[in-house]
Amino acid sequence: MKRKLCLVVAVGASLATPALTEVAPSEVYFAEGKVETSLTGMQGDAANGVKVMTTAGLGNCVACHTIAALPDVQFPGDIAPPLDGVADRWTEAELRGIVANAKMTFEGSFMPAFYKTEGFIRPGGGYTGKAPEGDLPPILTGQEIEDVVAFLLTLKE
Amino acid sequence: MHRTATSLIALTFGAALAGAVAADPVEDTLVIEAEDGTVEMVTTAPAPDFLKAVTDTIYSGWHYREAETRDLERDDFDNPGMVYVDRGLDLWNSAIGKGGESCAGCHEGPESMAGLRAVTPRVDEKTGALMTVENYIDACVTERMGLESWNWTGNEMKDMLALISMQSRGMAVDIAIDGAAAPFWEEGKELYYTRFGQLEMSCANCHEDNQGKYIRADHLSQGQINGFPTYRLKDAGIVSAQQRFVGCVRDTRAETFKPNSDEFKALELFVASRGNGLSVEGVSVRH
Ligand code: HEC
Ligand code: HEC
Repeated sequence: MKRKLCLVVAVGASLATPALTEVAPSEVYFAEGKVETSLTGMQGDAANGVKVMTTAGLGNCVACHTIAALPDVQFPGDIAPPLDGVADRWTEAELRGIVANAKMTFEGSFMPAFYKTEGFIRPGGGYTGKAPEGDLPPILTGQEIEDVVAFLLTLKE
Repeated sequence: MHRTATSLIALTFGAALAGAVAADPVEDTLVIEAEDGTVEMVTTAPAPDFLKAVTDTIYSGWHYREAETRDLERDDFDNPGMVYVDRGLDLWNSAIGKGGESCAGCHEGPESMAGLRAVTPRVDEKTGALMTVENYIDACVTERMGLESWNWTGNEMKDMLALISMQSRGMAVDIAIDGAAAPFWEEGKELYYTRFGQLEMSCANCHEDNQGKYIRADHLSQGQINGFPTYRLKDAGIVSAQQRFVGCVRDTRAETFKPNSDEFKALELFVASRGNGLSVEGVSVRH
Protein backbone atom coordinates (compact mmCIF):
# COMPACT_ATOMS: atom_id res chain seq x y z
CA MET A 1 0.00 0.00 0.00
CA LYS A 2 2.68 2.38 1.09
CA ARG A 3 4.88 1.57 -1.88
CA LYS A 4 2.03 2.05 -4.31
CA LEU A 5 1.38 5.50 -2.96
CA CYS A 6 5.00 6.51 -3.41
CA LEU A 7 4.87 5.36 -6.99
CA VAL A 8 1.80 7.47 -7.71
CA VAL A 9 3.46 10.54 -6.23
CA ALA A 10 6.60 9.99 -8.26
CA VAL A 11 4.67 9.63 -11.51
CA GLY A 12 2.65 12.72 -10.76
CA ALA A 13 5.76 14.78 -10.11
CA SER A 14 7.51 13.68 -13.27
CA LEU A 15 4.45 14.58 -15.32
CA ALA A 16 4.32 18.08 -13.88
CA THR A 17 8.01 18.86 -14.43
CA PRO A 18 9.60 17.21 -17.43
CA ALA A 19 13.13 17.31 -15.95
CA LEU A 20 12.96 16.45 -12.28
CA THR A 21 15.97 18.57 -11.47
CA GLU A 22 14.91 21.64 -13.44
CA VAL A 23 15.29 24.81 -11.38
CA ALA A 24 12.00 26.73 -11.40
CA PRO A 25 12.22 30.25 -12.91
CA SER A 26 11.52 31.90 -9.56
CA GLU A 27 14.30 29.84 -7.91
CA VAL A 28 17.12 30.78 -10.27
CA TYR A 29 19.98 32.48 -8.43
CA PHE A 30 21.65 35.35 -10.26
CA ALA A 31 25.05 36.41 -8.94
CA GLU A 32 25.58 39.82 -10.58
CA GLY A 33 23.75 38.52 -13.60
CA LYS A 34 25.56 35.19 -13.70
CA VAL A 35 23.87 31.80 -13.34
CA GLU A 36 26.58 29.30 -12.51
CA THR A 37 24.98 25.89 -12.95
CA SER A 38 22.86 24.28 -15.62
CA LEU A 39 19.14 24.87 -15.06
CA THR A 40 18.48 21.19 -15.69
CA GLY A 41 21.74 19.65 -14.56
CA MET A 42 22.18 18.53 -18.15
CA GLN A 43 24.38 19.64 -21.05
CA GLY A 44 22.75 21.71 -23.75
CA ASP A 45 22.29 20.55 -27.33
CA ALA A 46 23.71 23.26 -29.58
CA ALA A 47 21.82 22.05 -32.67
CA ASN A 48 18.50 22.40 -30.89
CA GLY A 49 19.72 25.76 -29.61
CA VAL A 50 19.89 26.97 -33.21
CA LYS A 51 16.31 25.87 -33.73
CA VAL A 52 15.16 27.68 -30.58
CA MET A 53 16.98 30.85 -31.59
CA THR A 54 15.57 30.99 -35.10
CA THR A 55 11.98 29.86 -34.53
CA ALA A 56 9.44 32.67 -34.17
CA GLY A 57 7.32 30.90 -31.55
CA LEU A 58 10.36 30.01 -29.41
CA GLY A 59 13.39 32.24 -28.75
CA ASN A 60 13.30 34.18 -32.02
CA CYS A 61 16.61 35.78 -31.05
CA VAL A 62 17.14 36.64 -34.72
CA ALA A 63 14.22 39.09 -34.48
CA CYS A 64 16.77 41.43 -32.91
CA HIS A 65 20.25 39.88 -33.36
CA THR A 66 22.27 38.96 -36.44
CA ILE A 67 24.47 35.83 -36.33
CA ALA A 68 27.08 35.46 -39.06
CA ALA A 69 27.40 31.73 -38.31
CA LEU A 70 23.77 31.27 -39.41
CA PRO A 71 23.76 32.77 -42.93
CA ASP A 72 20.54 30.99 -43.91
CA VAL A 73 18.35 32.91 -41.47
CA GLN A 74 16.09 35.18 -43.52
CA PHE A 75 15.62 38.81 -42.51
CA PRO A 76 17.35 38.87 -39.13
CA GLY A 77 16.65 42.07 -37.19
CA ASP A 78 19.31 44.67 -36.38
CA ILE A 79 18.05 46.04 -33.08
CA ALA A 80 20.61 44.35 -30.83
CA PRO A 81 24.37 43.68 -31.01
CA PRO A 82 25.44 40.91 -33.41
CA LEU A 83 26.04 37.69 -31.50
CA ASP A 84 29.28 36.88 -33.33
CA GLY A 85 32.03 36.24 -30.82
CA VAL A 86 29.81 36.31 -27.73
CA ALA A 87 31.71 33.36 -26.27
CA ASP A 88 34.87 35.49 -26.28
CA ARG A 89 33.12 38.29 -24.46
CA TRP A 90 31.09 36.33 -21.90
CA THR A 91 31.51 33.20 -19.78
CA GLU A 92 29.03 30.33 -19.80
CA ALA A 93 27.54 31.54 -16.48
CA GLU A 94 27.15 35.06 -17.85
CA LEU A 95 25.51 33.83 -21.05
CA ARG A 96 23.10 31.61 -19.11
CA GLY A 97 22.15 34.63 -17.01
CA ILE A 98 21.66 36.86 -20.06
CA VAL A 99 19.40 34.34 -21.81
CA ALA A 100 17.41 33.53 -18.65
CA ASN A 101 16.88 37.18 -17.71
CA ALA A 102 18.93 39.81 -19.53
CA LYS A 103 17.63 42.52 -17.23
CA MET A 104 19.86 41.13 -14.47
CA THR A 105 22.89 42.02 -16.61
CA PHE A 106 21.63 45.02 -18.58
CA GLU A 107 19.36 47.17 -16.48
CA GLY A 108 16.10 48.00 -18.24
CA SER A 109 17.13 45.97 -21.30
CA PHE A 110 14.81 45.70 -24.28
CA MET A 111 15.74 42.01 -24.43
CA PRO A 112 12.92 39.82 -23.08
CA ALA A 113 13.53 37.55 -20.07
CA PHE A 114 13.16 34.03 -21.42
CA TYR A 115 13.05 32.22 -18.07
CA LYS A 116 10.76 34.29 -15.93
CA THR A 117 7.12 33.79 -14.94
CA GLU A 118 6.26 36.62 -12.55
CA GLY A 119 6.18 40.37 -12.29
CA PHE A 120 4.60 41.15 -15.68
CA ILE A 121 1.95 43.76 -16.46
CA ARG A 122 -1.04 42.13 -18.17
CA PRO A 123 0.76 38.99 -19.34
CA GLY A 124 -1.04 37.08 -22.08
CA GLY A 125 -1.26 33.42 -22.98
CA GLY A 126 1.41 33.35 -25.69
CA TYR A 127 0.39 35.52 -28.63
CA THR A 128 -3.37 35.07 -28.18
CA GLY A 129 -3.96 38.55 -26.78
CA LYS A 130 -5.96 36.88 -24.00
CA ALA A 131 -5.13 36.30 -20.35
CA PRO A 132 -3.22 33.05 -19.81
CA GLU A 133 -5.18 29.98 -18.78
CA GLY A 134 -3.56 28.63 -15.65
CA ASP A 135 0.03 29.30 -14.67
CA LEU A 136 2.17 31.32 -17.02
CA PRO A 137 5.01 29.16 -18.36
CA PRO A 138 8.39 30.76 -19.09
CA ILE A 139 8.95 31.56 -22.78
CA LEU A 140 11.62 28.85 -22.96
CA THR A 141 12.05 25.71 -20.85
CA GLY A 142 15.17 25.22 -18.76
CA GLN A 143 16.50 22.74 -21.28
CA GLU A 144 15.87 25.12 -24.19
CA ILE A 145 17.87 27.79 -22.32
CA GLU A 146 20.71 25.27 -21.92
CA ASP A 147 20.52 24.40 -25.62
CA VAL A 148 20.77 28.09 -26.55
CA VAL A 149 23.72 28.59 -24.20
CA ALA A 150 25.44 25.56 -25.75
CA PHE A 151 25.17 27.15 -29.19
CA LEU A 152 26.24 30.59 -27.97
CA LEU A 153 29.39 28.99 -26.54
CA THR A 154 30.38 27.99 -30.10
CA LEU A 155 30.33 31.64 -31.24
CA LYS A 156 34.04 32.43 -31.02
CA GLU A 157 35.82 34.83 -33.29
CA MET B 1 33.26 47.06 -14.47
CA HIS B 2 34.80 44.75 -17.00
CA ARG B 3 31.34 43.74 -18.06
CA THR B 4 30.10 47.27 -18.59
CA ALA B 5 33.11 48.10 -20.71
CA THR B 6 32.79 45.10 -23.01
CA SER B 7 29.07 45.43 -23.45
CA LEU B 8 29.44 49.09 -24.24
CA ILE B 9 31.90 48.26 -26.97
CA ALA B 10 29.58 45.58 -28.26
CA LEU B 11 26.73 48.04 -28.23
CA THR B 12 28.54 50.77 -30.12
CA PHE B 13 29.69 48.21 -32.62
CA GLY B 14 26.14 46.91 -32.95
CA ALA B 15 24.76 50.39 -33.39
CA ALA B 16 27.31 51.21 -36.08
CA LEU B 17 26.47 48.04 -37.96
CA ALA B 18 22.78 48.63 -37.63
CA GLY B 19 23.20 52.16 -38.92
CA ALA B 20 24.82 50.80 -42.04
CA VAL B 21 22.02 48.40 -42.96
CA ALA B 22 18.98 50.08 -41.49
CA ALA B 23 17.03 52.02 -44.05
CA ASP B 24 15.89 54.94 -41.96
CA PRO B 25 12.75 56.71 -43.18
CA VAL B 26 13.23 57.07 -46.94
CA GLU B 27 13.33 60.53 -48.46
CA ASP B 28 10.34 60.88 -50.70
CA THR B 29 7.33 63.13 -51.14
CA LEU B 30 3.71 62.14 -51.39
CA VAL B 31 1.45 63.88 -53.87
CA ILE B 32 -1.80 62.02 -54.39
CA GLU B 33 -3.62 61.92 -57.72
CA ALA B 34 -7.27 62.23 -56.83
CA GLU B 35 -10.35 62.35 -59.03
CA ASP B 36 -10.53 66.13 -58.75
CA GLY B 37 -6.84 67.07 -58.87
CA THR B 38 -3.79 66.48 -56.75
CA VAL B 39 -3.38 66.61 -52.97
CA GLU B 40 0.02 67.46 -51.51
CA MET B 41 0.68 65.64 -48.28
CA VAL B 42 2.88 66.62 -45.37
CA THR B 43 4.52 63.34 -44.37
CA THR B 44 7.51 64.84 -42.51
CA ALA B 45 7.12 67.61 -39.97
CA PRO B 46 8.87 69.20 -37.01
CA ALA B 47 8.07 67.27 -33.83
CA PRO B 48 5.48 68.78 -31.50
CA ASP B 49 7.08 70.50 -28.49
CA PHE B 50 6.42 67.68 -26.06
CA LEU B 51 8.37 65.29 -28.29
CA LYS B 52 11.40 67.54 -28.86
CA ALA B 53 13.47 65.68 -26.27
CA VAL B 54 12.84 62.44 -28.17
CA THR B 55 13.06 63.49 -31.80
CA ASP B 56 13.27 66.61 -33.98
CA THR B 57 11.19 65.23 -36.78
CA ILE B 58 8.06 63.17 -37.09
CA TYR B 59 7.42 60.90 -40.05
CA SER B 60 4.33 59.28 -41.42
CA GLY B 61 4.58 55.48 -41.48
CA TRP B 62 4.48 55.91 -45.29
CA HIS B 63 8.23 56.70 -45.23
CA TYR B 64 9.05 53.29 -43.81
CA ARG B 65 7.32 51.17 -46.42
CA GLU B 66 8.83 49.80 -49.63
CA ALA B 67 8.51 51.66 -52.91
CA GLU B 68 5.68 49.43 -54.18
CA THR B 69 3.59 50.04 -51.09
CA ARG B 70 4.30 53.79 -51.15
CA ASP B 71 3.29 53.95 -54.81
CA LEU B 72 -0.13 52.45 -54.11
CA GLU B 73 -0.97 55.54 -52.09
CA ARG B 74 0.01 58.00 -54.82
CA ASP B 75 -3.07 57.43 -56.93
CA ASP B 76 -6.62 56.84 -55.76
CA PHE B 77 -7.11 54.41 -58.63
CA ASP B 78 -4.41 52.19 -57.16
CA ASN B 79 -5.32 52.62 -53.50
CA PRO B 80 -7.35 49.53 -52.51
CA GLY B 81 -8.79 51.48 -49.58
CA MET B 82 -10.95 53.58 -51.91
CA VAL B 83 -13.34 50.66 -52.38
CA TYR B 84 -14.23 50.97 -48.70
CA VAL B 85 -14.67 54.73 -48.99
CA ASP B 86 -17.17 54.09 -51.81
CA ARG B 87 -18.97 51.54 -49.67
CA GLY B 88 -19.05 54.11 -46.88
CA LEU B 89 -20.68 56.61 -49.23
CA ASP B 90 -23.41 54.13 -50.15
CA LEU B 91 -24.05 53.55 -46.47
CA TRP B 92 -24.07 57.30 -45.83
CA ASN B 93 -26.86 57.74 -48.36
CA SER B 94 -28.93 54.72 -47.31
CA ALA B 95 -32.12 55.06 -45.29
CA ILE B 96 -30.94 52.58 -42.68
CA GLY B 97 -32.44 54.19 -39.56
CA LYS B 98 -35.43 52.74 -37.71
CA GLY B 99 -37.51 55.62 -38.98
CA GLY B 100 -35.87 55.64 -42.41
CA GLU B 101 -33.18 58.13 -41.42
CA SER B 102 -29.92 58.35 -43.35
CA CYS B 103 -26.68 60.15 -42.50
CA ALA B 104 -27.24 62.31 -45.59
CA GLY B 105 -30.69 63.31 -44.32
CA CYS B 106 -29.16 65.12 -41.34
CA HIS B 107 -25.70 66.03 -42.59
CA GLU B 108 -26.12 66.44 -46.39
CA GLY B 109 -22.90 65.43 -48.18
CA PRO B 110 -19.96 63.72 -46.43
CA GLU B 111 -17.95 66.95 -47.02
CA SER B 112 -19.80 68.28 -43.99
CA MET B 113 -17.46 66.05 -41.97
CA ALA B 114 -14.31 67.81 -43.26
CA GLY B 115 -11.89 68.52 -40.40
CA LEU B 116 -13.30 66.03 -37.90
CA ARG B 117 -10.62 63.37 -38.39
CA ALA B 118 -7.88 66.00 -37.92
CA VAL B 119 -9.03 66.91 -34.40
CA THR B 120 -10.21 63.57 -33.00
CA PRO B 121 -9.92 62.02 -30.49
CA ARG B 122 -11.18 65.11 -28.67
CA VAL B 123 -13.19 65.89 -25.59
CA ASP B 124 -16.76 66.76 -26.53
CA GLU B 125 -17.60 70.19 -25.19
CA LYS B 126 -21.16 69.34 -24.25
CA THR B 127 -20.68 65.95 -22.60
CA GLY B 128 -17.05 66.04 -21.47
CA ALA B 129 -16.62 62.57 -22.97
CA LEU B 130 -13.54 61.61 -24.98
CA MET B 131 -14.76 61.03 -28.54
CA THR B 132 -13.17 59.20 -31.45
CA VAL B 133 -14.68 59.34 -34.93
CA GLU B 134 -16.17 55.93 -34.14
CA ASN B 135 -17.80 57.32 -30.98
CA TYR B 136 -19.48 60.06 -33.03
CA ILE B 137 -20.67 57.50 -35.57
CA ASP B 138 -21.97 55.28 -32.78
CA ALA B 139 -23.87 58.17 -31.18
CA CYS B 140 -25.76 58.78 -34.44
CA VAL B 141 -26.36 55.11 -35.09
CA THR B 142 -27.79 54.40 -31.65
CA GLU B 143 -29.33 57.69 -30.49
CA ARG B 144 -30.53 59.24 -33.73
CA MET B 145 -31.22 56.22 -35.92
CA GLY B 146 -32.50 53.85 -33.24
CA LEU B 147 -30.15 51.03 -34.23
CA GLU B 148 -27.97 48.64 -32.27
CA SER B 149 -24.32 49.71 -32.04
CA TRP B 150 -22.25 48.59 -34.97
CA ASN B 151 -19.43 46.21 -34.21
CA TRP B 152 -16.49 48.48 -33.36
CA THR B 153 -14.19 46.95 -35.93
CA GLY B 154 -16.89 45.59 -38.27
CA ASN B 155 -17.44 46.51 -41.91
CA GLU B 156 -20.08 49.21 -41.45
CA MET B 157 -18.05 51.04 -38.82
CA LYS B 158 -14.84 50.90 -40.81
CA ASP B 159 -16.44 51.84 -44.14
CA MET B 160 -17.95 54.90 -42.47
CA LEU B 161 -14.68 55.70 -40.71
CA ALA B 162 -12.87 55.52 -44.06
CA LEU B 163 -15.39 57.86 -45.72
CA ILE B 164 -15.29 60.42 -42.90
CA SER B 165 -11.49 60.33 -42.60
CA MET B 166 -11.16 60.99 -46.34
CA GLN B 167 -12.96 64.29 -45.92
CA SER B 168 -9.97 65.58 -43.89
CA ARG B 169 -7.33 64.31 -46.28
CA GLY B 170 -4.42 66.76 -46.54
CA MET B 171 -5.42 68.70 -43.44
CA ALA B 172 -2.89 68.91 -40.63
CA VAL B 173 -3.46 66.70 -37.59
CA ASP B 174 -4.30 69.12 -34.79
CA ILE B 175 -5.12 67.30 -31.57
CA ALA B 176 -5.75 69.35 -28.44
CA ILE B 177 -3.76 68.03 -25.50
CA ASP B 178 -4.47 70.68 -22.88
CA GLY B 179 -7.59 71.75 -20.99
CA ALA B 180 -10.22 69.05 -20.77
CA ALA B 181 -8.06 66.72 -22.87
CA ALA B 182 -5.11 66.84 -20.47
CA PRO B 183 -6.10 64.04 -18.07
CA PHE B 184 -6.90 61.68 -20.97
CA TRP B 185 -3.64 62.62 -22.66
CA GLU B 186 -1.68 61.88 -19.48
CA GLU B 187 -3.39 58.50 -19.20
CA GLY B 188 -2.51 57.71 -22.81
CA LYS B 189 1.07 58.77 -22.26
CA GLU B 190 1.33 56.51 -19.23
CA LEU B 191 0.13 53.55 -21.33
CA TYR B 192 2.54 54.41 -24.15
CA TYR B 193 5.50 54.02 -21.82
CA THR B 194 4.25 50.95 -19.91
CA ARG B 195 6.12 47.76 -20.65
CA PHE B 196 3.31 45.26 -21.18
CA GLY B 197 3.22 41.51 -21.45
CA GLN B 198 5.65 38.69 -20.97
CA LEU B 199 8.03 40.40 -23.41
CA GLU B 200 7.88 43.58 -21.27
CA MET B 201 7.74 45.99 -24.19
CA SER B 202 6.20 49.43 -24.41
CA CYS B 203 5.08 51.28 -27.51
CA ALA B 204 8.09 53.55 -26.96
CA ASN B 205 10.53 50.62 -26.90
CA CYS B 206 9.66 49.85 -30.50
CA HIS B 207 8.47 53.16 -31.98
CA GLU B 208 10.76 55.63 -30.17
CA ASP B 209 13.90 53.73 -29.21
CA ASN B 210 14.11 51.54 -32.30
CA GLN B 211 12.31 53.35 -35.11
CA GLY B 212 14.21 52.92 -38.36
CA LYS B 213 15.55 49.52 -37.34
CA TYR B 214 14.32 46.09 -38.30
CA ILE B 215 12.63 43.69 -35.90
CA ARG B 216 12.97 40.56 -38.00
CA ALA B 217 11.60 41.62 -41.40
CA ASP B 218 9.54 44.53 -40.07
CA HIS B 219 10.86 48.05 -40.53
CA LEU B 220 9.90 49.93 -37.38
CA SER B 221 8.20 53.28 -37.94
CA GLN B 222 7.29 55.88 -35.37
CA GLY B 223 3.89 54.21 -35.04
CA GLN B 224 2.01 57.32 -36.21
CA ILE B 225 -1.71 57.14 -36.86
CA ASN B 226 -2.15 60.12 -39.19
CA GLY B 227 -2.59 57.54 -41.96
CA PHE B 228 -5.39 55.66 -40.21
CA PRO B 229 -7.60 53.99 -41.06
CA THR B 230 -5.19 52.25 -43.38
CA TYR B 231 -5.62 49.62 -46.05
CA ARG B 232 -3.30 46.90 -44.80
CA LEU B 233 -2.04 44.61 -47.54
CA LYS B 234 -1.31 41.83 -45.01
CA ASP B 235 -4.94 41.85 -43.84
CA ALA B 236 -6.43 42.72 -47.25
CA GLY B 237 -8.74 45.16 -45.50
CA ILE B 238 -9.18 48.37 -43.58
CA VAL B 239 -7.57 48.60 -40.14
CA SER B 240 -8.46 51.25 -37.58
CA ALA B 241 -5.91 52.76 -35.20
CA GLN B 242 -7.18 50.88 -32.17
CA GLN B 243 -7.27 47.65 -34.15
CA ARG B 244 -3.56 48.21 -34.87
CA PHE B 245 -2.94 48.78 -31.16
CA VAL B 246 -4.54 45.39 -30.45
CA GLY B 247 -2.03 43.73 -32.78
CA CYS B 248 0.97 45.51 -31.31
CA VAL B 249 0.01 44.77 -27.70
CA ARG B 250 -0.71 41.13 -28.55
CA ASP B 251 2.78 40.90 -30.03
CA THR B 252 4.26 41.65 -26.61
CA ARG B 253 2.61 38.47 -25.27
CA ALA B 254 0.17 40.61 -23.36
CA GLU B 255 -3.53 40.54 -22.68
CA THR B 256 -4.71 43.37 -24.92
CA PHE B 257 -7.31 46.06 -24.27
CA LYS B 258 -10.42 46.13 -26.43
CA PRO B 259 -11.17 48.67 -29.15
CA ASN B 260 -13.21 51.50 -27.57
CA SER B 261 -11.94 50.69 -24.08
CA ASP B 262 -11.10 53.77 -22.00
CA GLU B 263 -7.46 52.73 -22.21
CA PHE B 264 -7.26 52.53 -25.99
CA LYS B 265 -9.23 55.76 -26.42
CA ALA B 266 -6.74 57.59 -24.21
CA LEU B 267 -3.88 55.91 -26.03
CA GLU B 268 -5.34 56.95 -29.38
CA LEU B 269 -5.49 60.55 -28.19
CA PHE B 270 -1.85 60.46 -27.10
CA VAL B 271 -0.58 58.68 -30.22
CA ALA B 272 -2.60 60.98 -32.52
CA SER B 273 -1.09 64.04 -30.83
CA ARG B 274 2.40 62.74 -31.58
CA GLY B 275 1.48 63.33 -35.22
CA ASN B 276 0.36 66.94 -34.84
CA GLY B 277 1.48 68.69 -38.03
CA LEU B 278 1.41 65.66 -40.34
CA SER B 279 -1.35 65.42 -42.94
CA VAL B 280 -4.36 63.25 -42.39
CA GLU B 281 -3.92 60.64 -45.12
CA GLY B 282 -7.56 59.65 -45.25
CA VAL B 283 -7.09 56.05 -46.15
CA SER B 284 -3.40 55.19 -46.41
CA VAL B 285 -1.78 51.99 -47.64
CA ARG B 286 0.55 49.94 -45.45
CA HIS B 287 1.60 46.35 -45.35
C1 HEC C 1 13.58 42.21 -28.62
C2 HEC C 1 14.99 42.22 -28.78
C3 HEC C 1 15.85 41.05 -28.37
C4 HEC C 1 15.61 39.69 -28.46
C5 HEC C 1 14.36 38.99 -29.02
C6 HEC C 1 16.77 39.02 -27.98
N1 HEC C 1 17.70 39.94 -27.58
FE1 HEC C 1 19.60 39.55 -26.88
N2 HEC C 1 19.94 41.55 -26.64
C7 HEC C 1 19.06 42.56 -26.97
C8 HEC C 1 19.69 43.84 -26.66
C9 HEC C 1 19.05 45.20 -26.91
C10 HEC C 1 20.97 43.56 -26.14
C11 HEC C 1 22.05 44.55 -25.67
C12 HEC C 1 22.04 44.72 -24.19
C13 HEC C 1 21.15 45.87 -23.81
O1 HEC C 1 21.46 47.00 -24.19
O2 HEC C 1 20.16 45.68 -23.14
C14 HEC C 1 21.09 42.12 -26.13
C15 HEC C 1 22.24 41.44 -25.71
C16 HEC C 1 22.43 40.08 -25.82
C17 HEC C 1 23.68 39.39 -25.51
C18 HEC C 1 24.99 40.07 -25.11
C19 HEC C 1 25.64 40.45 -26.43
C20 HEC C 1 27.00 41.06 -26.32
O3 HEC C 1 27.76 40.90 -27.26
O4 HEC C 1 27.30 41.70 -25.33
C21 HEC C 1 23.47 38.06 -25.75
C22 HEC C 1 24.47 36.94 -25.59
C23 HEC C 1 22.11 37.92 -26.21
N3 HEC C 1 21.52 39.15 -26.24
C24 HEC C 1 21.51 36.71 -26.57
C25 HEC C 1 20.18 36.55 -26.97
C26 HEC C 1 19.54 35.28 -27.20
C27 HEC C 1 20.25 33.95 -27.10
C28 HEC C 1 18.25 35.54 -27.52
C29 HEC C 1 17.09 34.59 -27.77
C30 HEC C 1 16.93 33.44 -26.93
C31 HEC C 1 18.09 36.96 -27.56
N4 HEC C 1 19.29 37.55 -27.20
C32 HEC C 1 16.92 37.64 -27.90
C33 HEC C 1 17.81 42.41 -27.53
C34 HEC C 1 17.18 41.19 -27.80
C1 HEC D 1 7.44 44.43 -30.35
C2 HEC D 1 7.50 45.67 -31.04
C3 HEC D 1 6.31 46.61 -31.02
C4 HEC D 1 5.65 47.14 -29.93
C5 HEC D 1 5.94 46.92 -28.47
C6 HEC D 1 4.62 48.00 -30.48
N1 HEC D 1 4.63 47.98 -31.83
FE1 HEC D 1 3.50 49.12 -33.09
N2 HEC D 1 4.35 48.19 -34.71
C7 HEC D 1 5.35 47.23 -34.65
C8 HEC D 1 5.69 46.81 -35.99
C9 HEC D 1 6.75 45.77 -36.35
C10 HEC D 1 4.86 47.54 -36.86
C11 HEC D 1 4.84 47.47 -38.40
C12 HEC D 1 5.91 48.36 -38.94
C13 HEC D 1 5.70 49.82 -38.57
O1 HEC D 1 4.88 50.49 -39.19
O2 HEC D 1 6.33 50.28 -37.60
C14 HEC D 1 4.04 48.41 -36.03
C15 HEC D 1 3.11 49.31 -36.51
C16 HEC D 1 2.39 50.20 -35.73
C17 HEC D 1 1.48 51.19 -36.25
C18 HEC D 1 1.18 51.42 -37.73
C19 HEC D 1 1.99 52.54 -38.30
C20 HEC D 1 1.72 52.74 -39.77
O3 HEC D 1 1.97 53.83 -40.27
O4 HEC D 1 1.26 51.81 -40.43
C21 HEC D 1 0.97 51.87 -35.18
C22 HEC D 1 -0.03 53.00 -35.23
C23 HEC D 1 1.56 51.29 -33.99
N3 HEC D 1 2.42 50.28 -34.37
C24 HEC D 1 1.29 51.71 -32.70
C25 HEC D 1 1.76 51.06 -31.56
C26 HEC D 1 1.32 51.37 -30.21
C27 HEC D 1 0.36 52.47 -29.85
C28 HEC D 1 1.96 50.50 -29.37
C29 HEC D 1 1.79 50.28 -27.91
C30 HEC D 1 0.48 50.03 -27.43
C31 HEC D 1 2.84 49.69 -30.20
N4 HEC D 1 2.67 50.05 -31.50
C32 HEC D 1 3.72 48.73 -29.70
C33 HEC D 1 5.97 46.76 -33.51
C34 HEC D 1 5.64 47.11 -32.21
